[in-house]
Amino acid sequence: MAKTLFDKIWDAHVVKSMKDGPDVLYIDKHLIHEVTSPQAFAGLEKRGIGVARPENTVATADHNVPTENQHLPIQDQLSRFQVDKLTENCKKFGVTLYGLNHPYQGIVHVIGPQLGHTQPGMTIVCGDSHTSTHGAFGAIAFGIGTSEVEMVLATQCIMQPKPKKMRITVDGVLSAGVTAKDVVLYILAQVTASGGTGHFIEFAGSAIKSLSMEGRMTVCNMSIEMGARGGLIAPDETTFDYIKGKEFAPQGADFDTAVDEWKKLYSDDGAKFDTEFNFDAADIEPMITYGTNPGMGAKVKGKIPAYCEVPESDRKTLEKSLAYMGFNADEQIAGKAVDYVFVGSCTNGRIEDLREVANLVKGKKKADNITAWIVPGSKQVEQQANEEGITKILEEAGFKLRQPGCSACLAMNDDKIPAGKYAVSTSNRNFEGRQGPGARTLLASPLTAAAVAITGKIIDPREII
Amino acid sequence: MSREKFTSFVSTAVPMPVENADTDQIIPARFLKATSREGFGDNLFRDWRYDSNNQPKPDFVLNNPNYSGQILVSGKNFGSGSSREHAAWAIYDYGFRVVVSSFFADIFKGNSLNNGLLPVQVSPEDLEDIFNTININNQAQFKVDLENQTFTNATTSKDISFEINPYKKECLLNGYDDIDYLLNLKPEIEAFEQSRT
Repeated sequence: MAKTLFDKIWDAHVVKSMKDGPDVLYIDKHLIHEVTSPQAFAGLEKRGIGVARPENTVATADHNVPTENQHLPIQDQLSRFQVDKLTENCKKFGVTLYGLNHPYQGIVHVIGPQLGHTQPGMTIVCGDSHTSTHGAFGAIAFGIGTSEVEMVLATQCIMQPKPKKMRITVDGVLSAGVTAKDVVLYILAQVTASGGTGHFIEFAGSAIKSLSMEGRMTVCNMSIEMGARGGLIAPDETTFDYIKGKEFAPQGADFDTAVDEWKKLYSDDGAKFDTEFNFDAADIEPMITYGTNPGMGAKVKGKIPAYCEVPESDRKTLEKSLAYMGFNADEQIAGKAVDYVFVGSCTNGRIEDLREVANLVKGKKKADNITAWIVPGSKQVEQQANEEGITKILEEAGFKLRQPGCSACLAMNDDKIPAGKYAVSTSNRNFEGRQGPGARTLLASPLTAAAVAITGKIIDPREII
Repeated sequence: MSREKFTSFVSTAVPMPVENADTDQIIPARFLKATSREGFGDNLFRDWRYDSNNQPKPDFVLNNPNYSGQILVSGKNFGSGSSREHAAWAIYDYGFRVVVSSFFADIFKGNSLNNGLLPVQVSPEDLEDIFNTININNQAQFKVDLENQTFTNATTSKDISFEINPYKKECLLNGYDDIDYLLNLKPEIEAFEQSRT
């Protein structure tokens, strides 16, 4: 029978099926970080058991770390305690840790792929919803809660009901200045922030295939913003080229053997999906959000919808969102003044994102009204940015590269946007208060964020490229 | 490790007719720095509940003395966003045992079920009726019967049946824990690992 890519991977990992119950699913790679793991380790201690497969578990500190002066002890006591607790737990339970100042430290979803831990056909979990990022490699990757982190630490398995399957196909050629972030914000605006609930999404089509691995990660990263459990893309030569030579990937003849297996990972012709969407790449332009969920997006050159343009049942939500954002229905988005620009996060904190920003700002100057935080996704990205001269270009344009971490994406550390201020952010969530109490977030691509940082207002980046 | 068993109960309900109550509203990230599971209820809906001077906002339902009970009723897409289990811990710690909505985000639903918090999904029409009932009478009683999978509006005598995975229902009713179940599967898990090498 014709099988989807998702079914092929899932079925190969089922240890036991329960009638009318969840499947017991074997996990190949478990990524952990400081915020959602301490209670799980405490649970193991209470039960008097260890980590079942420490060799398949990798830890880093990212959510809670400062992005300046990382060589100094963390100032915030609670943050420091949490990061120290991770170090202590990893030592006690024999888990590899890329802690602060380790050359491999970084946002968990940036370092996994970069180090070759993320590979096609794997099942990957982490106590973080953006684990969906790793699906870009043709893996089943999804976020889990702390009880499930404990489950995986204890047994290398998780109990999960099998989700439904959705395919989103984007065919055609993306025009210049339109990036992976615009593709996913466009899809979100069509499918809505809850349209993927109960599903795992396969992204397909020529426009998706044309994306780099970094771009594919951006798309899969935000599948959770549609409410989906995760997203994935069939691996191809782009995938194999990216993985080749990465430290923890198979090497030499083992790599060739692995590629032969990975080439079997695609949805068979005639495979059935529960839900399908098809989009045309030609319809996609630079996008930005105006509301308080990631589905509330529009073309940068477009307008915030008028109340009469949204279904009656959604008007109350639109009204509440616009009141929070200080916007009006039916008004132009471009031209609005902005206070902060944040480039970073597991959505857009990779080297390709910094390259795009550097290319745009090269030879230009940052607008005076903008405070810009540019945060690399990992130590490796930071080093690469230094080597490629990106850091220097940014400095000449009036920016400063900070140190790696999740930073203002969720504002757990000191990188908080002040109340009432507007931030154009390359991250993934524009929820109320996400970037700090009262902060107003507009999600966009790194290219759009760079154009905003230069002009000081919302602008379609194609106008200044 | 066994948990508290989920038993049937009758309670008043707290209405929060907001859609997309995401996990950053339920418990903002800056309160996730604890390393234990307790005490998150104090910061449940923190930024809707308190102003920037930490004073209770009188118009938020949790600050309204007219409403109380073990049941939280909210608009659609409850719990969207982050995988933080702290959201389920905060709601439970505050004293709720049931959240009613017309639909829930997947990860939140799983996290709730793993922590003795029952998500009850009802139709948009039934949700509207429940809100109306509470609006008319803030002392209106609702009965939650997990065994029979019904949520009863005592005012209208309407039984609303709800879905729950049979395995998860057994776990909640008996206070079972997934991890105990998985630990008992060790021979099967090891056989599975052997079969792949």
